[in-house]
Amino acid sequence: MKARTFRRHVRESFKSLGRNGWMTFASVSAVTVTLIIVGVFFVIMMNLNKVASTIEEDVEIRVHIDPVAKQQDQQVLRKKIEQIPEVKSIEFSSKEEELDNLIDSLGEEGKVFKPFEQDNPLNDVFIVKAKNPTDTMKAAKKIENLEYAAKVKYGQGSVEKLFKFIETSRNVGLVLIIGLLFTAMFLISNTIKITIVARRREIEIMKLVGATNTFIRWPFFLEGLWIGLLGSILPIALVSSAYYYAYDYLEPKLANHFIKILEFNPFVYQVACLLILMGALIGIWGSMMSMRKFLKV
Amino acid sequence: MIQMQDVHKKYPNGVTAVSGIDVKIDQGEFVYIVGPSGAGKSTFIKMIYREEKPSKGVILINGVDISRLKDKKVPLLRRNIGVVFQDFKLLPTLTVFENVAFALEVIEEQPNLIKKKVMETLDLVGLKHKARMLPTELSGGEQQRVSIARSIVNSPKIVIADEPTGNLDPETSWEIMSIFEEINARGATVVMATHNKEIVNTIKHRVIAIESGRIVRDEQRGEYGYES
Repeated sequence: MKARTFRRHVRESFKSLGRNGWMTFASVSAVTVTLIIVGVFFVIMMNLNKVASTIEEDVEIRVHIDPVAKQQDQQVLRKKIEQIPEVKSIEFSSKEEELDNLIDSLGEEGKVFKPFEQDNPLNDVFIVKAKNPTDTMKAAKKIENLEYAAKVKYGQGSVEKLFKFIETSRNVGLVLIIGLLFTAMFLISNTIKITIVARRREIEIMKLVGATNTFIRWPFFLEGLWIGLLGSILPIALVSSAYYYAYDYLEPKLANHFIKILEFNPFVYQVACLLILMGALIGIWGSMMSMRKFLKV
Repeated sequence: MIQMQDVHKKYPNGVTAVSGIDVKIDQGEFVYIVGPSGAGKSTFIKMIYREEKPSKGVILINGVDISRLKDKKVPLLRRNIGVVFQDFKLLPTLTVFENVAFALEVIEEQPNLIKKKVMETLDLVGLKHKARMLPTELSGGEQQRVSIARSIVNSPKIVIADEPTGNLDPETSWEIMSIFEEINARGATVVMATHNKEIVNTIKHRVIAIESGRIVRDEQRGEYGYES
């Protein structure tokens, strides 16, 4: 395409935005509203996901080793656990370390356990992690059957519920986002369709005097693109400033509970890129969809 | 040159508009298409510039069978055919100059050539002095002249007009006709569907009468032949 022609398309697309002022406003608003909702949802989703995977990461199987097991038996047990396909890592923690951890975790009150250092009632422990956190239950079952594995603990019951909850919320979020995107596309394609109906005659004349379909499409393509880009400005500003304050407010509070949310940088920039991209795509898609039928002359 | 061989047109809704037309129009001819409403005149005209495809038969425009022309090639066909309508089809937001220039812009003509050609054409239709006006500021006849200027600015070999005087008063109609005469005198083929008895009977040309989708009469220097 000649540079002159391209300049014409750009000029025409801007002219049309101005000429159909109110329709432009309506289309941009449709994109804006959608992207705000999608943006907010996305931020929440991604953070839930992040929290969920941190929690998932923390899920571990504690294999209490039978006190009667000798050094050699422990080695055999370790080998057998390592051979289970779902197992990612295994760590040994002696009963002394276990007691220290217990005392540390209880703080002041933990000191009452000090005397037990002489006569430690705890077991040596293997700390096992599954490759995929959801395989924890499976791995634990297999370990239970091994010799010298006295007790296998992984937060039975609550872990299953947690995983179920995480999975459901991920799916629900995904469905919501996809649904929203489709709603937005149809909203925009309908809005732009109205501007195109107003420009039906222009397209008709273009076709009559021998303009190619590509030539006719270009200004509409660009118009959709501008609408999408304009529509993504406000959502990006809103979502990033809201996240800035939310992060400041929530981060210290959540840190107390060992929960981390996504850091402002780079997360907000990723969200911004995503929103720009989405805006551009739904704008272009909407405008192309709505003019398809007018090109068939 | 326009040539139709056993052309039929049945619309998807079941209406048969054209059933078996054979006709040959040579380069430089001036042809009136007459006939009652709904006889198939418009379909006949629309098939020449591929607004409609025939359901059967062959349509040759300068040797090319346009009934089998790919959609992608249709724009190139249309650049050789100027079309004028009863309702002018001007863009109300553009000036007279811009309306005519539009036809050249969209086929990516050089800007300096656009200006020259548009002014020449506006001169031909006698509207050079109103180039900066908007269509709404013009009379019906003047608007039709702008529309004619747009259809011929690209110097097409064929000019097609569907009732170009249908919306105009008799006096203005004569002015419009003299422009078509001029276009024809410069070598373009003119095909005009019309209901205007006065014009057909006064400015004598070949007359093709269509009734129920068939050619019922084809005479050089013919008469309108219907009571209007």
